Formats: sequence, C-alpha cells, structure tokens
Amino acid sequence: MVISYREALNLAMREEMERDLRVFLIGEEVGYYQGAFKVSKGFVEKFGAERVLDTPIAEAGFTGLAIGAAMAGLRPIVELMTFNFGILALDQIVNNAAKVRYMSGGQLSVPMVIRGPGSAAHQLAAQHSQSLEAWFCHVPGLKVIAPATPYDAKGLLKSAIRDENPVIFIEAQLLYGTKGEVPDHDYTLPIGKADVKRTGGDVTIVAYSKMALLALEAAEALSKDGIEAEVIDLRSLKPLDTDTVLESVHKTGRVVIVEEGWKFCGLGAQIAETIYEKGFDSLDGPVVRVAGEEVPMPYTRPLEDLAIPDKARVISAVKGLL
Amino acid sequence: MNDFLTLYRDMLLIRRFEEKSAEMYALAKIAGFLHLYIGQEAVAVGCIHALRPDDYVIASYRDHGHCLAKGSDPKKVMAELFGKATGLCKGKGGSMHLIDVERHFMGGYAIVGGHLPLAAGLAFASRYRKEDRVVLCFFGDGAVPSGQTHEAFNLAALWKLPVIFVCENNRYGMGTPVERGMLLYKDIAERARGHGIQAEQVNGMDVVAVKELTARVVNMIREDPQPFFIEASTYRFMGHSMSDPAHGHYRTREEVGEARKQDPLILLKTRILHEGLGTEADFKQMEKDVIETVTGCVRFADESPFPEAGALHEDIYVE
Repeated sequence: MVISYREALNLAMREEMERDLRVFLIGEEVGYYQGAFKVSKGFVEKFGAERVLDTPIAEAGFTGLAIGAAMAGLRPIVELMTFNFGILALDQIVNNAAKVRYMSGGQLSVPMVIRGPGSAAHQLAAQHSQSLEAWFCHVPGLKVIAPATPYDAKGLLKSAIRDENPVIFIEAQLLYGTKGEVPDHDYTLPIGKADVKRTGGDVTIVAYSKMALLALEAAEALSKDGIEAEVIDLRSLKPLDTDTVLESVHKTGRVVIVEEGWKFCGLGAQIAETIYEKGFDSLDGPVVRVAGEEVPMPYTRPLEDLAIPDKARVISAVKGLL
Repeated sequence: MNDFLTLYRDMLLIRRFEEKSAEMYALAKIAGFLHLYIGQEAVAVGCIHALRPDDYVIASYRDHGHCLAKGSDPKKVMAELFGKATGLCKGKGGSMHLIDVERHFMGGYAIVGGHLPLAAGLAFASRYRKEDRVVLCFFGDGAVPSGQTHEAFNLAALWKLPVIFVCENNRYGMGTPVERGMLLYKDIAERARGHGIQAEQVNGMDVVAVKELTARVVNMIREDPQPFFIEASTYRFMGHSMSDPAHGHYRTREEVGEARKQDPLILLKTRILHEGLGTEADFKQMEKDVIETVTGCVRFADESPFPEAGALHEDIYVE
C-alpha cells in the first residue's frame, strides 16, 4: 500500500500500542489536537487519555517523567513537538536517560523513544529550523535514527519502541506528507543498518533523512550526464553502519556526504573520519562534505535557501571530485 | 527491639558509616565528591520507616543515608564508595549515584532538580499499572528554585501522582543560605501549595515526628493518589562536600555548634531514656554492633577487587 510518512508513523505506534500495554504516548498536543503534525490522529479515541497524554508545555518535566516511568518498566513514546524544544529536555535525555544504566552498573534500563521532527521546514526561522542530531549522537547510551521514507519510518519506529534503550527518533516536517510503498504485513527494520537506495560505481553519496531524498534527486540528474552515483541512506546515525559505507567507498573511491546540520563538528565530520581511518587506501580524492551553512536559520526565503544544501550543490560537489 | 530503638540504630548506622567514610576519604580510599548527610539522618530514616519495601525512594547526590535507610547492604555501599567491583553499582556510580533496584532505591542524582521529574515518572508508573506503591523523593532547599522542580510539581499535581516530595531544608544550597536563594524562603511549603499540592512542615531533627507525619501522608496517598510536600527543617553538620570544612566561610562555628545541640541522635536517645523505652546498656550494645558492621564494611571494601578493564564498555546499552 502507498501511504504517507505521517501515516507510517501513526501505524507503527498504533500497532505497538495494541501489542504492548506498557507503551504509551506522551507530549504536547498528542491527544485531542491529534498531534501538532497529526501523527497521532485517532489515538486518544482508540487508546484513551490514560495512554495518550497531553502535557503542559514543560519538556524537561514530561520527558523526565517518561524516563522515570521507563525506569519503572513502562515503555513511553515521547513526542517532542519539534526537536528544537528538546533542548529544554537535554538534561533529562543526556544526564538521566542515557546514563542511568551505566551509573547503576546495569541494574536499570530506559526503554523509550523520543520522537518528533528535526531540521528546517520553510521559513520557520532560527529557533524552529535546527538539525541537532549530532548533539545526540555524541552521547554514549543513546541510539539515534533519522529515516527518510515511509517504509523505513514504520519499520524503524517499531524497532525503536521494542528496543530496551533510549532511542532518539528524528523525523522532518517536510517528510510528513511524502508517500511511499509500505507492506501490508507487520515488519520491523534493524537499527544500525544503512540502506543502499541507489547503486552506482562512480561516486558514493552518504546522506540521511531529507538529504537522502535530495541525494537521490541529484543522482538522477547526474545519471543524465553519465555519472552513476551510489546513494547510501544511513537511516540509523548511532550506531552507524560503517560497513555499508566502507563497502561502497571501496567500489567508488569517491565520497560526498550530505547533511543539513551545521558543518563544524557535524555528523559528516565523524563519517569522514571513519572513512579516512578504515578506507583511506580506497579513496581517489578527499571526502567532500555538503552541509548546512554556519548561520542561525534566516527567515527570508532567498537567504534560507542559501543556508540549506540543495540539488545544485550536491551535483557540483560530485562533479568537483570526478 | 522496639520501634524507637530501631529508629535510633538506623540513624546510628548512617552516622558511623559516614564518619568512617570521611576517614577513608582522608586516606584516599574514597575519592571524587563525597557529600555527608551527618545531621540530617532523622529525615531519611523517619520517612523511609513509614514505607513498604516495594515503595520507591529517589534522592539527590547526598544519598548515603537514604540508601542505607532503604535497607541496602552497607558493605556494598562502602565498596561502591571505594570504586570496587563488588559495589552496589560495580564501582561505576560512586557516592553520588548509589542505586539499588532490588530495594527499590532508584538512585542518587547529581543535577540539582533533575530527579524530581523522574520521581513523578515512578509515581506515574504506579498509577498506570493500578498499583498502590508510593514514591518518596528527597531533595534539598537548593533544588526548590530550579525549573525542573516546578515542572515536576505541576505534573504531579495535575495527574494526581502518588509522590511525596521531601524537601530537606538544611538552610544552605552549597554555601548559599536559603534567604539568598529565594525571596519566599520562610515557608518553602508554600511553593508546593502554589501548585495545588498539600504541604506540611516538620522538625527534621525529630525522627519520630518525621515518621508520624510521613506515615499519615503515605496512608492518605495510597488510598487517594496525589502528591504531597514535606518540608523537613534540618541542618548539615559537615561541609557541603569534603572540600568544605564543617563551618566554611559562609557560616560561623557558633551557628554549627548551636545546631549540633539539636542532633537527632541525641534528641531521640534522651527521649528513649526519659520514657524508659531503652537503657544505657541498649545504647552501648547498638554502638558496638554498628561499629562492628562499619568495620566489616571497610574490610570488605578494602579486600574487594577493582573492576576489570573489560567493565569499562559494559552496561552502556542493553544488548
């Protein structure tokens, strides 16, 4: 069946909440409003207000509450209206969710998902347009996922909910309406496994989330010029599937990494380091990064367009390597 | 042993355990931060005596007393302070992060105010599962101005969560006296009432009063889930941590001396003798037993091995 990314997320949560009574959804506007982006449409009617909890605007408080509930054996899904607001919950996520297992010498675990959209939409300005995945990837104890398609979104969200660890699940506002094929049957996808979304022998483009779709568009355009790009959609950012990346690098010898986040200390720097360390001999040129500009996101459209990687920049980065 | 003597013995264990910890710190057997609870024992012991074993307790970084009062093996606690593999948390938590899940002691947390939302979450889980467990959450007066504290208060009140917030007002947030941390410092309980939470004050040096109040509150919220706030006025006889001498630069020797006259151990002992609930011989015996226990703790911790290098990368994820 062809469904939207939003519907895929809705189905994943719905199936898991039907399957396991310990799973509940908590966040701002997830109940009667049906979710700020309508991801939890129909949930409060189906599961009741005990399992679909509208919260006040207090991210640290309700994220911390969910962590405490997970420590006691429940399996919360926290919806952050956007990951920008997750900054308010960073203390809870970093100091409690990620560390309590280690600090307790393995006595406690925090089986929970913290999900919501990251990255820019259109003209939402500096405080609502950030790609903060690198922050979370930095922290031992967390897993980080950022799927690009409805198929990946559904399979990975179900795995995240079943995982025994805290999982940061980053969606994107501009992906919610995108559509794709999703099987009718129940399935999950493994966390920590990248997906080769397009094969090619001339260059490897590594990307994730919205940027994976951008990489595919760029690859189609390059194909018309006789350049065949292999597009790797990481899907999971932590743990990172370095094997799949390195395998492709061995084949192509050239790599472009595309990410929407700020370049300095961004995720691409880590991926490049992995390639240099383990795939240096396969490289025919430097690893090239296309990343977000080092600026707070401007409101006005012409400047915003300049701040976010686009197809032309990806194409030009690839051509510069060949 | 009657209830009063048990209360005394449990406080004495914490007192002697911590005095020994300070000694071990001076010998560099214990390192890092060590925040002693000496002077405040009546709060943890009085409150926790009013609980069932399956009720949850969660505390701040000054957590030795709460952990011991919840019944953790003092040998494992000392081994944890020594950083040994036999410690409560295999040496990975240390003084500030004692955790004993079997005893439902859910931990010591070292970001001020950060564990109050966790306490609300433990209480939420109890309600969600339709259990009647309650949660005791301990924190200092220094946590009251924190934003997370008030987010937790609001959620607990809004969702009628069975959590007792116990503010141990020892009058100092590190070196800052409470009156320099809050405009409305005279009645901290008022801060909780502002969220619609019932609150009471109690003399935190009187272990019997603490226990009686807590028992009444526990009975009430087990029947009718809702949060409650207890302000226990107490005093920390030692410095904030080991780097801070007992009176420091922020309070006078005289002030500390005055507070020591309200030592919870002395108050209870006087009462027990006065009311004929125990004899000098009982106290001598308890002293002897506790010293023996604490000496055994040090021996156990000393003889235990440090964790193997392989432990470094264990316990990060559930595989």
